[in-house]
Amino acid sequence: MLLRHSIDGVTYSFDSLKDLLAKATPVRSGDELAGVAARNSVERVAAQMALADLPLAVFLKEPIIPFEVDEVTRLIFDSHDPSAFAPIASLTVGEFRDALLSYETTTESLASLAPGLIPEMVAAVCKLMRVQDLIAVARKVSVVTRFRTTIGLPGRLSTRLQPNHPTDDPIGIAAAIVDGLILGSGDAVIGINPAADNVASTAKLLRLIDSVRQRYSIPTQSCVLSHITTQLSALEQGAPVDLIFQSIAGTEQANTSFGINLALLKEAHQAASELSRGDVGRNVMYFETGQGSALSANAHHGVDQQTCEARAYAVARHFKPMLVNTVVGFIGPEYLYDGKQILRAGIEDHFCGKLLGLPMGCDICYTNHAEADQDDMDTLLTLLGAAGVNYIMGVPGADDVMLQYQSTSFHDALYLRSTLGLRPAPEFEAWLASDMLHQLSLPLQPQMLTGQ
Amino acid sequence: MTDAMSSLVPTPRQSLRDLTPARVSLPTTGHSITTNEVLSFQLAHAKARDAVHTVFHLPTFAQRLVTELPILVEASLPVLQLRSNAPDRLAYLRRPNLGRTLHPDSVAQLRPASCQLAIIIADGLSALAVERNAIPVLAHLIPKLLADAWTIAPLTLVQQGRVGIGDAIGFSLAASCSLIFIGERPGLSSADSMGVYLTWSPHPDRTDAERNCLSNIRAGGLPPEAAAARLFWYLQTARAKGQTGISLKEDFLELDPAAGRSGRDRISP
Repeated sequence: MLLRHSIDGVTYSFDSLKDLLAKATPVRSGDELAGVAARNSVERVAAQMALADLPLAVFLKEPIIPFEVDEVTRLIFDSHDPSAFAPIASLTVGEFRDALLSYETTTESLASLAPGLIPEMVAAVCKLMRVQDLIAVARKVSVVTRFRTTIGLPGRLSTRLQPNHPTDDPIGIAAAIVDGLILGSGDAVIGINPAADNVASTAKLLRLIDSVRQRYSIPTQSCVLSHITTQLSALEQGAPVDLIFQSIAGTEQANTSFGINLALLKEAHQAASELSRGDVGRNVMYFETGQGSALSANAHHGVDQQTCEARAYAVARHFKPMLVNTVVGFIGPEYLYDGKQILRAGIEDHFCGKLLGLPMGCDICYTNHAEADQDDMDTLLTLLGAAGVNYIMGVPGADDVMLQYQSTSFHDALYLRSTLGLRPAPEFEAWLASDMLHQLSLPLQPQMLTGQ
Repeated sequence: MTDAMSSLVPTPRQSLRDLTPARVSLPTTGHSITTNEVLSFQLAHAKARDAVHTVFHLPTFAQRLVTELPILVEASLPVLQLRSNAPDRLAYLRRPNLGRTLHPDSVAQLRPASCQLAIIIADGLSALAVERNAIPVLAHLIPKLLADAWTIAPLTLVQQGRVGIGDAIGFSLAASCSLIFIGERPGLSSADSMGVYLTWSPHPDRTDAERNCLSNIRAGGLPPEAAAARLFWYLQTARAKGQTGISLKEDFLELDPAAGRSGRDRISP
């Protein structure tokens, strides 16, 4: 397919849909690294203009990564719902943007539209939208999920309590859990990134969180973010597995580099579902994503990183997850160079995930070799709060001492709740008002929690 | 500040701070953390930022090696100063591939040495890390290697280097194994953490899965003597098996990049 647009007598041509999508993408270092970005600013706008005139239905005719080589493409097309797509079937990408922003598009109409959208359509329209557009539309979307808490209700903001420790020391982890709970964190999940990816350690940490949860009757769910096969082995050995975690990407080849495929995710989803450990719902999967993951595995097929990211959401939604978040600034400056690029990517990912029907959260974060700082994180935090993000991270003092990057703190969540009038998940809010929280704040609890 | 004002800035649950290096029990004012904590965070970030952008001055470090490790002279081990294809820090950060390959001028300095081990010291993401930690580890490691009949190629120092450049250098030196000392991505609590990666049969196309890694070598982390002992174990095992990577895992070393990726792994420099 040859796509063109002329500006001031100069014709810009794009040799494929993926070329057009890449060149229409707002500036980011990862697309430049991959050699797929627009060569200059006018070419970028020419691509955006050509994209605006493109019928949405084109994306259903020409897969940007061939069926034959990619099971994610097959999943996207096999699970597409033509009747849900029908109301927008005649629109161009530009008209779709206008429709999304119109008064007529409501929370209800967006919910029924989601199964009719494929990631490429959502990525395309995203490239034509400013930050305020991405916020305004995402704010209209409501995706609510349930396990022991209900996440994503209007006017609510939840947090993943992330009590990581450099050597997985149980007392150190328990101390961070206590600190977070007292500061109102942990209603989305208490989720540990383990330093050691093995079954014994995963099971030990799962038992630790479970014992804290039961002792203090905390309405939340636990997760240890080791490799999915490690979690499955722990589950088979009887460890208390609530949510099953995995990082996912938007191409089969990138998922292979993570050591996963759709069949493995299906197996894990089934195993966790069969445990029936949720009180108020049955969403059992937790996924993380992030722009640049396909490129970093050299598995992007010449597709820009924002479109690859949206394709990861097609993988996620197939498993009706409890939680999905982009880890937006973790990957480093070769993919998202500075605060400006991280900020836009975070808002894009939240929008694309929500539009496709996912309960999107965000790990608002950066590394020390990126051109970013706390001011950038405060800005993205506030914007995502305005956009209605389901949850953010709660890391002690924003400093993850195991993964060596900066995320959002317990206090950042308190700032956002108080500034925007947001409340925790209802079950957790009731618990915070109970006597249990007071008991948890008594001295020397961490040692008791770990049985030492 | 009056006593009444002071009491509005409590320091709750101070005892948690003894239990973890994480920033728990932070003193607050309203929902926010107090001035001292904000500034202490800013200082840690400033140190990490400066570590990323500190230049690895090769002539100075080469001189230190010779002075502080007389065993290099006794064993007739020369020190070569090399650079990658990344001309500056900006290019290094934005184009990792440039940091994995040697500049043509540096390639011309290397001759096949037909030895077992190539030792490389590169800035990575923190020159500070190798400036502080490489020599103490080598001081313990080199005597063990010489006593165990390892033949060692000329030591190489690299400016703007990434992990992969160790394999490019090992290949050019025709070494059986490459061992690269490199500055890790600085965190707030450690701007000077060093990693060491080893690859059997080094080649420019080797991947992370074919390497083993020892990380967090620094004051307050893995001490130099212990690091040298583990590296020596790795090298002996690699030589016996004729390979590195996933198949070669220490029981006591669980933070290995060759292990399965759950996603948010430590990212190698």
